[in-house]
Amino acid sequence: MLDATTKDIKERTSGGMINPAKTCQPIGAMYAALGIHGCLPHSHGSQGCCSFHRMHLTRHFRDPIMASTSSFTEGASVFGGGANLKTAIKTIFQVYNPDIIAVHTTCLTETIGDDIPNIIKTAEIPEGKLVIHTNTPSYVGSHVTGFSNMTKSMVNYFSEATSDVKKEQVNIIPGFVNPGDMREIKRLTRAMNAPFIMFPDTSGVVDSPMTGEFNMFPKGGTTQAELADTGNSKITVALGRFAASDAAGQLDKKCKVPAVTLKTPIGIKATDSFLMTLRKAFAYEVPYELEEERGQLVDIMTDTHFHFHGKSVAIFGDPDIVTGMTEFVLSLGMKPIHILTGTPGGAVGSAVGSFEDDIKELVDMAGVKANIQASGDLFTLHQWIKTKPVDLLIGTTYGKYIARAEDIPLVRVGFPVLDRSVHSYMPIVGYRGAMRLIEMISGALLDRQDRDAADEDFELVM
Amino acid sequence: MSQTLAINERQDFITTKGRQKAHLKCDADSIAGCVSQRACVYCGARVVLNPITDAIHLVHGPIGCSAYTWDIRGSLTSGEELFRNSFSTDLKEQDVIFGGEKKLSAAIDKLAIKYNPKLIFIYSTCIVGVIGDDLEAVAKAAAKRYGIQVIPVQSSGFIGNKSAGYRAACDALFRLIEPADRTMVGKDKSINYLGDFNLAGEAWIIRDYFRQMGVTVNVVLTGDASSADLKKATRASLNIIQCAGSMHYLAGRMEETYGIPFMQVSFLGLHDTADSLRRVAAAIGDKEVLARTEALIDRELAVTAPVIEDYRRKLAGKKAAVYVGGGFKAISLIKQFRELGIEVVMIGTQTGRQEEYDTIHELASDGTVILDDANPSELEKFMTEQQADLLVGGVKERPLAYKLGKAFIDHNHDRKHPLSGYVGAINFAKEVYSTVCSPVWKYVRSGDEGCE
Repeated sequence: MLDATTKDIKERTSGGMINPAKTCQPIGAMYAALGIHGCLPHSHGSQGCCSFHRMHLTRHFRDPIMASTSSFTEGASVFGGGANLKTAIKTIFQVYNPDIIAVHTTCLTETIGDDIPNIIKTAEIPEGKLVIHTNTPSYVGSHVTGFSNMTKSMVNYFSEATSDVKKEQVNIIPGFVNPGDMREIKRLTRAMNAPFIMFPDTSGVVDSPMTGEFNMFPKGGTTQAELADTGNSKITVALGRFAASDAAGQLDKKCKVPAVTLKTPIGIKATDSFLMTLRKAFAYEVPYELEEERGQLVDIMTDTHFHFHGKSVAIFGDPDIVTGMTEFVLSLGMKPIHILTGTPGGAVGSAVGSFEDDIKELVDMAGVKANIQASGDLFTLHQWIKTKPVDLLIGTTYGKYIARAEDIPLVRVGFPVLDRSVHSYMPIVGYRGAMRLIEMISGALLDRQDRDAADEDFELVM
Repeated sequence: MSQTLAINERQDFITTKGRQKAHLKCDADSIAGCVSQRACVYCGARVVLNPITDAIHLVHGPIGCSAYTWDIRGSLTSGEELFRNSFSTDLKEQDVIFGGEKKLSAAIDKLAIKYNPKLIFIYSTCIVGVIGDDLEAVAKAAAKRYGIQVIPVQSSGFIGNKSAGYRAACDALFRLIEPADRTMVGKDKSINYLGDFNLAGEAWIIRDYFRQMGVTVNVVLTGDASSADLKKATRASLNIIQCAGSMHYLAGRMEETYGIPFMQVSFLGLHDTADSLRRVAAAIGDKEVLARTEALIDRELAVTAPVIEDYRRKLAGKKAAVYVGGGFKAISLIKQFRELGIEVVMIGTQTGRQEEYDTIHELASDGTVILDDANPSELEKFMTEQQADLLVGGVKERPLAYKLGKAFIDHNHDRKHPLSGYVGAINFAKEVYSTVCSPVWKYVRSGDEGCE
């Protein structure tokens, strides 16, 4: 299928994408909004947007994904979508009765210029219910931007500093990660004895247990009261510059809660720095339980390091995840030589900064020469791999075409993973997440070695 | 969720056979605010045209529309694989402000040189409909530049629902198949097979039946079709349509313009498969074809019927709910489930047409709930009330069924085995059995009797 990909790389000036490594903002906003308790995400646009996002999220999480749509028609596009949104709000509260509706826009409604705050103001909203919104023009950024925007809107709508004295609690913004990762970050924080509020928190929403009943609003999600109380916390820890730092910055601006932005805690170094940040903020000692886990991880890393050393890797996906993975594979002695994200580098003036600079710093320190690109596509990644082959590909399901064409093993990490299950329940963050990644990576490399070994080289013990 | 029917406007779209009105409303816009399972115009157009193997499907819009439809349909190819890539102009803020025509034109240039395709479809998305890029002009200029066909698909998401997308796709196909030489129209004693997208190789199975019958299939629209195949479409003397929702409109236009008659077929289930094969043979009117058809049916039934009977013994008495895209599938499924001793107790579609709903109403047993454009809470309500053991649906319905402890079958993009023809009937029965009778349900429903 990828036969047309040539080694010969020509600069592309058309700006189009061949086999994208990103998708559009609204799906990120929808996912973030699912992390609010009792919230129904609402897509203000054509029916297809909502349907595509639900389909994509359903395939990744294998759980029902609920969201409503303004169901645009030609008339709404010409005369504005105000009437549609008002009807939608009325219908949703009447029929589905969520506590909160979280509206996000689409390219269509951004372009026709619907003024969402004003429409919400004049909509019929029952007592005690709430409608929040965020702007997610699909032609800016990526799904990661959309997640960041909706999370920032949670601060705008909910966070309140009700006292001058801050509480001994930490806000944790986990970024665009799986519920399994959110659960692990919460477990680590609990083990540190640090009171916390995580937002958004999709655990218990998109990984809900089987009860034989369908619950449109499952038990999980950050509650309104918790979201409001984020303004009283002593500190905010944003995990991931692209998906989490904007909301943390806004919380500082609005409620004077100082923000620390860290890498997504993938691997030993980033997990250390997450725990050290909590330790510094609360002066708690790291409990033995976590020290033991860390020791086990180091033990595993030493036990297996010879499997990894010098192996070349290509990594693609969302910027926060790719940054964390790059740092982690470097710590194993691997060589990440092609590193790419589809998400653009970050808007000018935002706290997000540059993906390419971050990665360059990491690989430079390790003395690895790498191809690095933000805003890239998988066609480019494939060309890089053809020019300079790798032993392993790490990325989303969309990497499987390249993996097959070039016959390299693929370790599935990030969003979306559409062809395997259980991944969303299992963490890649924290020490235990790092152990799981080592299992996945060494499993992939050794299975390959077994497959390719000549009879006389095929060994029982590896 | 008892408040489900609080949407008064939805009452007209739901009926219960034998207890309420026979007619139900369909083919209308969804109500704003509903958690509809429906998609948009672009989606409808893309799924119909996507199986054309040697075409570049270039999506003119922001990245999402192209990302979500990248290789999701499971249409198999015996030729090129170009259609499995995802091409997008990835419109940015600047393009939205200043217009996207230049970028589109540049993208076509690159793709035409890199891939050397014979055919490029350019899909319009919501935003293109609003900013008003002239796709016709860009397409015309590009076609001239490269001596290839560049066809715009007018599929802005907001201009209607998925059915409007089917029509947009049919309009594009109609342009593609326009013959250079009108004297050849209807001259071949062959048939076109419309509305099979070769999911899991289904069109190949049906093609093989026709080969055994001595009937030539000119081209399948659009499963495993190449642009060269499609350009010969008007030579056939008969169109047979399976998925009427998507292709009825094209068949109508072909009859009107080229005088090629059409007939409705369905290859789902033993009864409908045999019936369809016989009707095509009768339409061809050749005695030998008729004889070979009977021989084929006998041969296939001898193998298939005992297997189905075996499953029927295990499954008899179970109840099924059906929520699928189009009407033809719903109609066939009622009959196919009866072959397995299973009653359909709830049935609905996203885009079924009035006459299809009339047929469904006629076929359904008393007490069956029939509904159009259902939302998840309605599906939940009726599946539970009607005590269905199984749901047939698409991607978004799967986890909903599972959460309710119901078995599930994907009859859409995610099907992994062919469900058409005799081999499909066996696959279907096997799949129904393996999901309905899986031991996992014992952990979900206490006191579950399971299957024999």
